[in-house]
Amino acid sequence: MRQRLRRLRHPRGALPYLLLLPALALELLIHLVPMVVGIVMSFKQLTQFFIRDWSAAPWTGLGNYRMAVDFSAPVGQSLLNSFWTTCCFTILSVGLSWLLGTAAAIYMQDAFRGRGILRALFLVPYALPVYAAVITWSFMFQRDTGLINHVLVDQLHLMDEKPFWLIGDNSFTALVVVSVWKSWPFAFLTLMAGLQNIPRELYEASSMDGAGVWQQIRKITLPSLRPVNQVLVLVLFLWTFNDFNTPYVLFGKSAPEAADLISIHIYQSSFVTWNFGVGSAMSVLLLLFLLLVTAVYLFLTSRRRDADA
Amino acid sequence: MRTSRVIAATALVAALTVTATACGGGSDTGSGGGNSAPKSLTYWASNQGTSIENDKQVLEPELRKFEQQTGIKVNLEVVPWSDLLNRILAATASGQGPDVLNIGNTWSASLQATGALLPWDEATFAKIGGKDRFLPSTIASAGAPGKDPAAVPLYSMAYGLYYNKKMFAAAGIDKAPATWDEFQADAQKLTKDGKYGLAIEGGNVSENVHHAFTFGKQNGADFFDASGKPKFDSPEAVKAIKQYVDFIAKDKVAAPGNAEYSNNQTLSDFATGKAAMIMWQSAGANLKSQGMNPEDYGVAPLPIPAGATGDKAIKSMVAGINLAVFKNTKNLDGSLQFVKFMTSNEEQKTLNSTYGNIPPVKEAGKDPVFATPDLTTLNDVLATSSAPLPQVANESQFETLVGTAVKNLLAAAAAGKPVTEDSVKAELTKAQQQMPAS
Repeated sequence: MRQRLRRLRHPRGALPYLLLLPALALELLIHLVPMVVGIVMSFKQLTQFFIRDWSAAPWTGLGNYRMAVDFSAPVGQSLLNSFWTTCCFTILSVGLSWLLGTAAAIYMQDAFRGRGILRALFLVPYALPVYAAVITWSFMFQRDTGLINHVLVDQLHLMDEKPFWLIGDNSFTALVVVSVWKSWPFAFLTLMAGLQNIPRELYEASSMDGAGVWQQIRKITLPSLRPVNQVLVLVLFLWTFNDFNTPYVLFGKSAPEAADLISIHIYQSSFVTWNFGVGSAMSVLLLLFLLLVTAVYLFLTSRRRDADA
Repeated sequence: MRTSRVIAATALVAALTVTATACGGGSDTGSGGGNSAPKSLTYWASNQGTSIENDKQVLEPELRKFEQQTGIKVNLEVVPWSDLLNRILAATASGQGPDVLNIGNTWSASLQATGALLPWDEATFAKIGGKDRFLPSTIASAGAPGKDPAAVPLYSMAYGLYYNKKMFAAAGIDKAPATWDEFQADAQKLTKDGKYGLAIEGGNVSENVHHAFTFGKQNGADFFDASGKPKFDSPEAVKAIKQYVDFIAKDKVAAPGNAEYSNNQTLSDFATGKAAMIMWQSAGANLKSQGMNPEDYGVAPLPIPAGATGDKAIKSMVAGINLAVFKNTKNLDGSLQFVKFMTSNEEQKTLNSTYGNIPPVKEAGKDPVFATPDLTTLNDVLATSSAPLPQVANESQFETLVGTAVKNLLAAAAAGKPVTEDSVKAELTKAQQQMPAS
């Protein structure tokens, strides 16, 4: 009893929490409230008849979820298709971005003439505003007047006929190209920073022992970069999986089936068909999936690191 | 320690994802409609001119006139078509929107169903001079039948067949085709040396659905039955849409590249002589800005099946823009005054003639300004052989879904894949299955 009184009189322990309070309140307001609203919406039949006063929309329980995951019906089927498309897209895009980023970072490690310029140049895609960059790509991908077909068909003669890039099956390739172009500089930047922390002595010692470049990369560089890679791959995965801007700017509101990413699909389901309840249910499912992947990923990678250490 | 870090990171991911998707909330339940801000108005105009900037130049002098007459300042925002419907939906959901706004007339019934727009009953109409001042077909495209209209007609238009006179003369064609058979013959003749008989805006969902509707009417297809249920994949609808897709697929009178056009490349192709014909509405100002003179092209009604009468001789949808008042306006009287101003004979004359449209206000339409051969043709189509798109609550979903289906079919055709009645039907069935159950 006396102890508690003393703590009240000297609330030194409470001060940090008091200082954190504004941040916490804003966090609640900006992140948690919309999240809860979104979850609530997913249990409602929120169509155009109720958006003006959506508290009046009837509850449907799990109806929206049933509709979203009923894979034998068209809505569920197309969601599933979109999900697989997104998975393939994400794996390809993250994989290539990481590979390019790593390769470039390692090449840029040793000093040579023009290194600074190259480093700066590599970061340009990351610095450009997304909209401006992607709209430029969409012009380049146009079939009749675009630069890509001009180079591939008219100059290099790699193909006989000009292919479409923004409609049909090639749209997937176009999307991956733009996505990798946009995100590899981030991988490059992060890994470049990571490389600075590897002591040079390790390389010197290993070359005394007769290790080649390839062995150095495998035995020194990559293991030392492990903590950086752990975060980098996760962040790239989440950004890419959720990417809305790239497909939206590239294809407009109705993406071709081959490039129907999940974020665009959810947008379509809510804004285009004005069924915000189903759209929210899909968002919540997406959230659960990403949470699961994140948790499993962190669990596995952390355990491995502990085992290594 | 480690577990807590995992949890923290996981929670952060959770926050980031759901925030991104949980927009469009808000629950302003106010019944709306008041006069607490009588000195100003916000007006969302749609993009009618050659650019947003051009619209501002056209509208601002008129808005200053209104301010002089009434003392009400109008804050103008010109919203591009790609954003307009989403902006209206967001305004509806949040209750925060403009006072007066332009809507595509085909959205009237859909937006009417949200309850966001002020209904125009007899008494409200009386405040702007009565319903009888407007062409009946334009009133019919301002809301569901049997309900008070959700908006007032502002600009009207009809589709016409624009044809390049020089290219027609060079190919030895002396008049515009009146039937689809004649059209086929002409288009085949004109398609040669890298030039095409026709250009279509195949990547543009709205253009696609407008043509699907007109071709549908001509083939006896209705996309909704009498009770308002969708029936997109009827044999008639399949036939209609196949006819349109075949321009690229079978007849090859339109360039395959048309399938990805969505930034008015159709107009550029026509203005630069790459294509001899286009089916368009109000193309005049835009063609002129691309250097094509009015005497270089003619405008005729769209072809029809030989010998068709009645609904099968429909040559256009009732195209146009309506003016609506947002129910939550804080300046109801001012909004009505503004609608009265915009639909006055004088403003109708000025604005419609500038934009190359036809006034939905009968009196204004009698002005000699609208007696050019082009506008007379289109006016005639509008008055005698046009039909409004289905005025049902799910209309805007229909536009997107069927328009996208046609876009997919055109993409397949352009890539050289065969387009059959079965593939058209499959695509339309898929579109229909995505319609809300109501």
